[in-house]
Formats: sequence, C-alpha cells, structure tokens
Amino acid sequence: MATMRDIKRRKESVSSTGQITKAMKLVATVKLQKAKSRAESSKPYFDQMYKTVSDILSKSSGISHPYLTGNDSKKKAVIVITSSRGLAGGYNANVIKLITKDDRFDADNTVIFAVGKKGATTFNRLGYDIKKDYSEVINDPLFSDAMEIGREVLKGYEDGEYGEIYLAYTVFKNTVTHIPTLLKLVPIVSEEGESESESEADTESLTLMNYEPEAEETLDMLIPKYVNSIIFGALVQAVASENGARMQAMDSATNNAEEMIADLTLKYNRARQSAITQELTEIIAGSAAVE
Amino acid sequence: MADEKMFRLRVISPERVFYEDDVAMVELNTTEGEIGVLPEHIPLTTIVAPGVLRIMKGEETREAAVLSGFMEIKKDAVTILAESCEWPEEIDLNRAKEAQIRAERRIKSGNEEVNLVRAEAALKRALTRIGLAEKYM
Repeated sequence: MATMRDIKRRKESVSSTGQITKAMKLVATVKLQKAKSRAESSKPYFDQMYKTVSDILSKSSGISHPYLTGNDSKKKAVIVITSSRGLAGGYNANVIKLITKDDRFDADNTVIFAVGKKGATTFNRLGYDIKKDYSEVINDPLFSDAMEIGREVLKGYEDGEYGEIYLAYTVFKNTVTHIPTLLKLVPIVSEEGESESESEADTESLTLMNYEPEAEETLDMLIPKYVNSIIFGALVQAVASENGARMQAMDSATNNAEEMIADLTLKYNRARQSAITQELTEIIAGSAAVE
Repeated sequence: MADEKMFRLRVISPERVFYEDDVAMVELNTTEGEIGVLPEHIPLTTIVAPGVLRIMKGEETREAAVLSGFMEIKKDAVTILAESCEWPEEIDLNRAKEAQIRAERRIKSGNEEVNLVRAEAALKRALTRIGLAEKYM
C-alpha cells in the first residue's frame, strides 16, 4: 500500500493539473464565444457567394472553363486546416485522418497546404510533400490570409501542377458538434438537384439575369473570389471548432481530475487512519510490556 | 418623398453585414464603368471595381469605400458582396498613405508582370481610401 506521503504528493500533482485544465477550459470558452460570433457574422457573405456562383453555373451549362473541367494532372492538392496547439481532444487527429485514411491521397501524389502546426508536422512525418505552411494564420484568420492562400493554390492549379484541390477542415455546427469535412474546391462540380425547391422559385430571376462582362468572364473573376471565401469560411469555422473541441476536452479532463482527487482523498484518509491505528497499537503494546 | 420608389440594398463583407436598408439609388464603379442603380433596374450581375459607393436615401447621401467584389441586381433588391468595405470614418488614413507609397515604389521598381497588376490594384485601393477619407476630414 502506498504511503501517506506518496498519496499526498500524487494528489497535489493531480490538483495542479486540474487547475490548469480548468483555466484552459475557461480560456477556450471565451475564445469560442468570439470565434463563434465571427463565424456567424461571416455566414451571409458565403451563403450569397455560393448562391450566385451556383446560379451562374446552372445557367451557363456547357461552357468549358478550366475551373470546371479540370486538367490532366493526377496530383491532388489539399488544404488542411488544423490547430497549432494540442490538448483539443480528437480535433486535429480527426482532420488528419480524413486524408491518411483515404486511398485517393497517398504521399506520392498529394501536395499539402498546411494551416496549423499540428497538421504540418504530422504530414511531414508521414512523408507528404508540404508545399506551404500558413500556420501563423490560424490564431486570428483575416480575409486577406484566405486571399493569399487562395491565390497560391489556384496558381499551382493553373500551372497544371495538380488537377484537383481539396479542403480538409472542421465544420462548426454548434458548440458541441464539430464535423471533420473534406470538400472538393476545384474543379467545381455544380450540384444539381440539391436545392430543387429553391431553384424553382428562382427560375424567373434566373432567366432574366444579365451579366456584364459576359457570364464566362464573370465566372473567371468570380471563382477565385468564391474559393477565397470558402477558405476564409473554413478558417473561421475551424477556429471555432478548435476552441469548442478544446473546451470539451478540458472540461472532461477537469472532471477526471476531480474524480481522481476524490478517490485519492479517500485513500489518503484510509492510510492516515491505519497509521494512527498502528501507532496506537504499538503504544498500547509497549505499555503492556512495561507493566 | 413618402411615395419615392425604394429598393433593398445589402452590402455584405466577409466580416459583417455592412449595410442593409431600403434606398432610392446607389452609384458605384464596376469593371465596365461607373453605374447608377435605380429601383426596377434590369437584373444584372457585375464585378465591382475599387471606388466610392454612394448610397442615396431621401435627402441623405452616404459614401463608403468599396474595394473589389461583385454585385447582383434584382428587380427590387441589390446585393453587393465586397471583400472590403469601409465608411469614411473607419479609414486609417496613415495606413492608406503608406500603402500608396508602397504600391508606387513597387510599380517603379519594374519587376515581374504579375506584381505590377497587383501593385496597381493596391494603389487604386489606397487612392480610393485616401480620397474618401480626406473628403470627410
């Protein structure tokens, strides 16, 4: 049986860990509130952007644009958004698993654009080609950061370096639900039949819509903006998810610490009691021997 | 003025909904030239160039700097998606002037072609900001 001193030392260590996790949980909660309101206030922009782009795509079917048809390169580029810090439960591992568990992405034909140190180091270790590392962005993503990333990935696509661009990030559904998601950015596939009721209501305005410059040219300028805005949306949501995940992880860590402390307190008291009992027995035995 | 025709204007930037109200007229720069939009304009989707966005509502006129984006005009609603959008009082004049000098320096240095396009765009943005900010000083 462990001695009193051992138990006490262990209890102290657990309780100081518990204090840290508790503080981290509070910090994550505050950050989550901020990130959440940012994610929400940026939503109208993306909804509108998505709607306009799919409007144009559904109208101008049959046009061949490099962003729609793809190119011959077998390689794939993936933008992986993880966090730069750990202690967020399965947050980083879940995003990374999306790539490593998928047969389409093996180390030889995949180029990684990493946002977040955790993803960058993991893929580096696994032998993936890391084209660029934007880890500093994840702390406080700006729209100009998303523009920078978007410009870089589209450039490689236009040069024929890779034929497809994917985005791996975590969708922030609500405070407790975060869904790791793999999204195909380019070539853009127009999702038909997904929003039928909506497109019906829009038919009238669709047929009347004019484009200036021409639809193809508009598309040409719009798609980079579209890609940028999806990247920005992903960044903002990833930050919210990260803090949500960390909050949950730290909450359960704090609970576990409290449980352990309760357990150790019980053990400590028992050890103390048995020590007292033993001492008493010795004294009584000693005095009995004297008599 | 009560029966003046209005339409819904929404200006959205990635960070926030910048402006949303019923207005009588908007004027702004597009890549094809300057346009003014009155109610019941024909449906049109066009690319926004850096410039001043003028919103007219009754007697009141408000101006804002809009830097690249696109707009969608429908019969009774106009939506502008701007990558960046600022009221005159939000513009940081010093920063804009610095950006102007940086852009001019880059243009003069005469490096690659791609850089030039970007530098010119940056210069245009800086000049738009400076022009508007100084007007309201």
